[in-house]
Amino acid sequence: MTFSQRHFLGIEGLSRDELLFVLHTAESFREISEREVKKVPTLRGKTIINLFYESSTRTRSSFEIAAKRLSADAINISASTSSVNKGETLLDTARNLCAMRPAALVIRHPASGAPHLLARLDQCPVINAGDGAHEHPTQALLDVMTIREHLGDVAGKSIAIVGDILHSRVARSNILALTTLGAQVRLIGPPTLLPLECSRWGVERHTNLRAGLAGVDAIMMLRLQRERQMRNFFPSLDEYARGFCLTVEALKEAKPNVIILHPGPMNRGVEIDSRVADGPYSVILEQVTNGVAVRMAVLYLLTTQERLATQEQSVTNGQAVGQERTDRQTQPGAWAERPQPGQEKGPSRQPEPFLLPERAVGQ
Amino acid sequence: MRMVVQNGTVIDPANRLEADRDLLIEEGVIRELGRPGSFAAVEAQRIDASGCVVAPGLIDMHVHLREPGYEYKETVLTGTQAAVAGGFTALACMANTSPVNDNGAVTRFIVEQARAAGLARVFPIGALSKGLHGEELAAIGEMVEAGAVAISDDGRPVMDANLMRRALEYCSMFDVPISVHEEDLHLSAGGSMNEGPTSVRLGIRGVPSVAEEVMVARDIALARLTRGRVHIAHVSTRRAVALVRQAKAEGLAVTAEVAPHHFTLTEAAVEGYDTHAKMSPPLRLADDVTAMKEGLRDGSIDAIATDHAPHHRDEKEVEFDQAAHGVTGLETALPLTLKLVRDGVFCLSEAVRKLSVNPARILGLPYGTLAVGRPADLTLFDTRATWRVDPLASRSRSQNTPFAGWELTGKVRLTMVEGRIVYADCEQEGKPA
Repeated sequence: MTFSQRHFLGIEGLSRDELLFVLHTAESFREISEREVKKVPTLRGKTIINLFYESSTRTRSSFEIAAKRLSADAINISASTSSVNKGETLLDTARNLCAMRPAALVIRHPASGAPHLLARLDQCPVINAGDGAHEHPTQALLDVMTIREHLGDVAGKSIAIVGDILHSRVARSNILALTTLGAQVRLIGPPTLLPLECSRWGVERHTNLRAGLAGVDAIMMLRLQRERQMRNFFPSLDEYARGFCLTVEALKEAKPNVIILHPGPMNRGVEIDSRVADGPYSVILEQVTNGVAVRMAVLYLLTTQERLATQEQSVTNGQAVGQERTDRQTQPGAWAERPQPGQEKGPSRQPEPFLLPERAVGQ
Repeated sequence: MRMVVQNGTVIDPANRLEADRDLLIEEGVIRELGRPGSFAAVEAQRIDASGCVVAPGLIDMHVHLREPGYEYKETVLTGTQAAVAGGFTALACMANTSPVNDNGAVTRFIVEQARAAGLARVFPIGALSKGLHGEELAAIGEMVEAGAVAISDDGRPVMDANLMRRALEYCSMFDVPISVHEEDLHLSAGGSMNEGPTSVRLGIRGVPSVAEEVMVARDIALARLTRGRVHIAHVSTRRAVALVRQAKAEGLAVTAEVAPHHFTLTEAAVEGYDTHAKMSPPLRLADDVTAMKEGLRDGSIDAIATDHAPHHRDEKEVEFDQAAHGVTGLETALPLTLKLVRDGVFCLSEAVRKLSVNPARILGLPYGTLAVGRPADLTLFDTRATWRVDPLASRSRSQNTPFAGWELTGKVRLTMVEGRIVYADCEQEGKPA
């Protein structure tokens, strides 16, 4: 199997096989982060640009570390220190960055659909690192990866997502990923944050935390943005916590071996009690570790696919192309060969310049 | 100066005429209608309308011409160029210019610009409140005197019900309707598309249908109270149409218009975050589209108006929630309406009624008819010719159409205002008469 997406904009539109393919890739990359020397040469000579229009600790450092462990050059741009302050539009910023020939552009933006706008430019692969209230696909992948580690196949498992569903991109991506993989998803939250349209996604909707948690295998807590109170989604943080804070007592409703996830950053005492967050069922820090592997996988799949596209173009131009492409087609899973340090394999064996697609030349 | 428009099929709903007729025009006025060949002996400039419908000039009662203040989006000249190319001979333009058209001086300026352009007739709509702030009444009497034909804070819903009440009472003195943009701003809360399954999925803040419906209900109640004339602009939801239907049954002076995009597209057009599908009110669901057609069919909706809202590329090529609301519509309205005729929603004569007769009546204009003695404002169109929408070929200064690349059927061949040819389809030029 090959991963045929040029951009990674969301979980929506990905098949079960594609999701599993990315997850397997991530699982094969996880070991790299456990080594003494946490670096493989896979993406040597490629540049990854992280363009962050929202503050972020976890996601941005995770993408940066993922790129660096694959030997790509990663640079980070945050809106507060960039030309955005000088009134440059998102498209102009992207056009300029693409002119520096990155292998991929990772974008976090407060507007839903911002990555899609860049994808339409189609200058290089675009990876969505969270757009508005739309999607956060790499977060969903790392969540699913973490659940799989503890519970095995997610098909048939019962998973609760608790909190501000309405505004959560993490929830959207997870609902799509989990339902595509056959899990039963329950959404739990106050009706103001739990749109009625949710039922169309084939999920259960609960406004009572304990009832919703009954017998679940995993609980995914969402961050509650404190400013929602100002717009009357709930009367106060106290009252929200009374109804929806995941406490040790509420946890008793779930299965005995339940796991608890949270995308961070946590509001301790609001959506999650510290005894739960730091307790034995919490897998919150494993999520962070897996985040690096997932992002390595996504960067790898998208930037090597760009190389393939270049080769295909060469083929159409009648130029000789190596065996590689054929090999990759006839050996499904060749991607999964773990790159060894100092022993380059497969696609990265030949040191090759990152070829510009023909169309980009002379523009 | 005499002209004969010959060999066409005249459709003149105001006079219940639908037949092959030749028109004799003298000094810009319709002098006589006769059977084909009646004027063969008359010495005159001849216009061959064979294969064409000859209709009273179309009237768009809801456009934004952007002048003064936003000439980079559109001017009275470019807007009327687009209008005549779309078959429109008269426009009513909204007040959200800069400065706002809330006084006689701005109204006169717009009228003057239209006169200088010399294409379509332009009738300004005056602001309801000073600066469109929704607080104090604008100089309504002064604007009406300067040529305003209706009053509206379009784009800025009047949230103060008491101000709307006073405006309705006050306007009844001039017999001008108030065109209302129905949107409860608290409920719409900065939304960028219809609230529904798609908005939830795309993570875009939605504008619920009820944001429109509560305001339609309010203004109908105020029309009942004041006996004022309420015109519901760009109705977009099923229940809003039902409310209008009820109000009409009750005999209230309530009229309504619908924009072609609201009877053609659903919220699915937003998919992929296409900012050309962003407008206010937003595109709704298939049920709502069906209700628009039903409303047009049973007369609950009186008029088709484009809400032509040109915006510069730079205001559309941005993040979805930051993109400007609105689409252009003057050049695509007629073919999109003709599609309803082909789909059996209503007959051709009814289409002309919605695009010409009724807007003229609502605004109190002496047009929308081919009666003898009236100004020769007419539109010749071929109902069968097809063409592809190319935004770059638009006469408008802006290209923000959601119909780019669509193949449409129905093409304007010639537009005439007061006996002057203001637009002729280049394909037809040189065709011997």
